[in-house]
Amino acid sequence: MLATAIIVFREVLEAALVVSIVLAATRGVLRRGLWVSAGALAGLLGAAVVAWFAEAIAAAASGVGQEIFNAAVLFVAVIMLGWHNVWMSRHGRELASSLKSVGAAVRSGTSPMHVLAAVVGVAVLREGSELVLFLYGVAASASGDASGMLVGALVGVGAGATVGATLYLGLLRIPSSRLFTVTGWMILLLAAGMAGQGAAFLVQADILPAFGQTIWDTTALIADDGVLGRVLHTLIGYTARPYGIQVLFYLLTLGSIMALMKIVNHSPDAGAIRGAGVAGAPSR
Amino acid sequence: MRTITIRISHTTRDEATVKKSSFAAIPLLLIALGAGLPFHEAAAAGDTFTIAIKDHRFDPSELEVPAGKKLKLVIKNLDATPEEFESHELKREKIIAAKGQATINIGPLKPGTYKFVGEFHESTAQGRIVAK
Repeated sequence: MLATAIIVFREVLEAALVVSIVLAATRGVLRRGLWVSAGALAGLLGAAVVAWFAEAIAAAASGVGQEIFNAAVLFVAVIMLGWHNVWMSRHGRELASSLKSVGAAVRSGTSPMHVLAAVVGVAVLREGSELVLFLYGVAASASGDASGMLVGALVGVGAGATVGATLYLGLLRIPSSRLFTVTGWMILLLAAGMAGQGAAFLVQADILPAFGQTIWDTTALIADDGVLGRVLHTLIGYTARPYGIQVLFYLLTLGSIMALMKIVNHSPDAGAIRGAGVAGAPSR
Repeated sequence: MRTITIRISHTTRDEATVKKSSFAAIPLLLIALGAGLPFHEAAAAGDTFTIAIKDHRFDPSELEVPAGKKLKLVIKNLDATPEEFESHELKREKIIAAKGQATINIGPLKPGTYKFVGEFHESTAQGRIVAK
């Protein structure tokens, strides 16, 4: 039971942290609960599908399908998170002055809520598919006792959700004038970390060169498999022994998103873009 | 091969040119190395190691491999339940389907011991790779 709880907790933790950051970043957005729930539900369904086809995915691309799939899913999330931040920097002034304008922007159809819903979906999909496989394995093995497993799974989900809720409530204590600055930074680091992780999967698939197997080793300080290591891994992309290319992808993602945010924010006709965005770009 | 040729062709010139050309050869060498590795790997069948999973245990649980080389680990799962091969020290995680198998690229490794576990049955599924 305890073993089940620990594994479920690990898998739920990452998704819970992502969901809580997204919830904080969309404070005041109309119907965000609906969007986030839809994203989570789609992620769960996707997780079951991925688990079902796990063997086919693994066998694809001469045995490295799983790595490519993981990397692709992560890079999609990186693009979505970057997109959100660029959008936020375009609308930054309105958001800082009043939360209500966020609602207005959503009504006009320019909000990136569907983008963040996709991020939630992707986070749930990745962690959920492993969870489904694990629980299926426990349930399928003759030795597994069903009630112990159920209790363990519930304890794990509860613990993971509690950490997520704690982060969310902590973020809500930040005054709304500064909340989006903080969540913007968190999303930036989340994206950079996911890009690094995606690069690591491509090294694992032997598609990208490592550019240095171990750039540094901070295992003695914060180990990858401890709770702190796992939390930091999700939040800021911490890795105790990163590849060179992981660091490169991290910094490139950080730099590119920040540069795009600056360009959009400081562009001389930002007002015109803003106007056009609200009036004429609901499809994007 | 190509980089050696470049160096030889410059030995008759003055020292400054030689220095310059050997710096220029470094990226070339890296490209040659990068491009050469997959072929080298495919050619050497002896660099593939197989580990089985049975009753949520690895067999063998300790594997000796050559250091400084790219290797392939084939994990065969003989159990009726899926397993996740995980090693923070090797920086690898991969799900292996029930009654399925997966190939994991590792290395080049520095000499040392690298632990790995089956994450879904961590109490019994433990093993290590010793690179020499």
